[in-house]
Amino acid sequence: MSIILTNISKNFGKFAALNHINLEIPEGELVALLGPSGCGKTTLLRIIAGLEQADSGRVVLNGEDKTEQHVSHRGIGFVFQHYALFRHMTVFDNIAFGLRVKPKKHRPGEADITQKVHALLELVQLDWLHDRFPDQLSGGQRQRIALARALAVEPDVLLLDEPFGALDASVRKDLRQWLRNLHHELNVTSIFVTHDQEEAMEVASQVVVLNHGRIEQQGAPSDIYDHPANAFVSRFIGQTNVFSGDDQDTIWLQSSGLPINDKPGKTAHVRPHDIDVEKASDEASAHAVLKDWQHLGALIRIELVKNAADADNATVYAEMPNEQFKRLQLNRGDKVSLRIRNAHWFH
Amino acid sequence: MRKSYIMPGFKPTLGFTLVYLCLIVLIPLSTLFFKSMELSAEDFFNIITHKRVVASFRVSFTTALVAASIASIFGFIIAWTFVRYSFPGKRLLDALIDLPFALPTAVAGIVLATIYQPNGLIGQWLMQGFGVQVAYKPLGIVVALIFISLPFVVRTVEPVLQEFDSSMEEAAASLGASRLQVFVKIIFPNIFPALLTGFALAFARGIGEYGSVIFIAGNLPYVSEIVPLMIVTRLEQYDIPGATAIALTMLLISFVMLLVINLLQLWVRKRSGQL
Repeated sequence: MSIILTNISKNFGKFAALNHINLEIPEGELVALLGPSGCGKTTLLRIIAGLEQADSGRVVLNGEDKTEQHVSHRGIGFVFQHYALFRHMTVFDNIAFGLRVKPKKHRPGEADITQKVHALLELVQLDWLHDRFPDQLSGGQRQRIALARALAVEPDVLLLDEPFGALDASVRKDLRQWLRNLHHELNVTSIFVTHDQEEAMEVASQVVVLNHGRIEQQGAPSDIYDHPANAFVSRFIGQTNVFSGDDQDTIWLQSSGLPINDKPGKTAHVRPHDIDVEKASDEASAHAVLKDWQHLGALIRIELVKNAADADNATVYAEMPNEQFKRLQLNRGDKVSLRIRNAHWFH
Repeated sequence: MRKSYIMPGFKPTLGFTLVYLCLIVLIPLSTLFFKSMELSAEDFFNIITHKRVVASFRVSFTTALVAASIASIFGFIIAWTFVRYSFPGKRLLDALIDLPFALPTAVAGIVLATIYQPNGLIGQWLMQGFGVQVAYKPLGIVVALIFISLPFVVRTVEPVLQEFDSSMEEAAASLGASRLQVFVKIIFPNIFPALLTGFALAFARGIGEYGSVIFIAGNLPYVSEIVPLMIVTRLEQYDIPGATAIALTMLLISFVMLLVINLLQLWVRKRSGQL
């Protein structure tokens, strides 16, 4: 089911949480709403769900205007950050809830409900917990039960509010993969909110970057990473080195091999992996001094200090594979020459 | 197995608890027991099965039950209003709730009797409009007991409602539940144990209440005489064993009823995974 939002605005007092949002989400996508805290992403999700009312704008789900409709009639499944499981009910009753509150003529029989709940429990691989209460489960288990509960009513759209926010790192990694697979299996249009860019890039098929109540960019993860629309997106997604673009920096960049014909913007953003590092053969070809490095697993992050007369002492980061770094046999304080392959210019 | 506590002092605090309970609760109540032992079993039985005494038991327990039930409903609504909404004058109203705690109960009784008597402020309106007489009837006792016991319900339900996770409501609504279903299936079961506690407190208070009731009840034998009044009457006639016999019986019935309510509460909590 497709989702179309037109001109959504929402104010909390004088604070504009959402500012004329226009967004179109095609059917079957797994979309991440990504942004720093306070950017309005959760508010937007709650407006789509009907848990919050927009001050202006329309919410159209599958071609139907649902702006005025109550949350219970929107055909959405919502997964809350803190699970919001019914703590007075067993896991089984939690999942069965959505089926049991259906109007009599649509309500399945108790046998069908039992069958369906067990099927869902198997889908989330937790059938053995069906008679436990939520308080007896771990965080990851609760989140999966919450998801099964939302899926029980066969929603047209699945909305997840920071689904992995309250979980520890290793559980989070597993669940990300699992959510991706589940989406492949069910193919229900899904939107999840996150402030973790890694999570968004890893799980989503489409990423929507929000900041200060506005959409900064929408696109596939690789698009957003390779072609950031503006300085905010470039800085928010992945690591980046920011150069001011004054004469000094420009000369330094140029000498480091970056071709600059009539400067296309005020600041240059360079990804750490777009910088090649070599041991400097002589004083003249040295662009920087190696200050320190860190192991990031397969990659090494190198901290460099620009080797220029009265340069600001800002650190420049470069990244290279572990093996390559070993071959270079670099030590702290070594003079290095650089080659900058690519930069994004922004105003 | 060695248990470690962050705060030391299990032994002195337990000792204090036991001494305190003995001095304040157990010893006075056991004198009640021993005093009534002065009676033969037959006399004891005759006293407590005297028609007028049995009638007073009926009046006391039914009015206390009815009043506690009504106070539970009203108390729940009041607590709900205070927790869920903010409105001007809320703090003032909030302070008003506790007033029955502070007011001498006799004062409450006199005021209620004045207002609810057949030509009183509200009483005449009820009398003319509906033909209902409140004061000097069992209904008057119920009114007095509701007044006395309302804060117990409000103050026990309020904190639980405050802590109630409202995202559970949102989750239920997103699953298609109507507002009524959200209330009946989600909110109420979570509040019920606290409401039961409030009910038990209100009920216990209602059974023991004397001051406010005697002014509004009219104290007609067989109709609106409460057990505490029977006890006081006996005492005034220097029939101390008779008074203790009735008191002991009342104590036992109350204890059993409160025990049942506690067990019910335990059962509810167990069934809903809160234990």
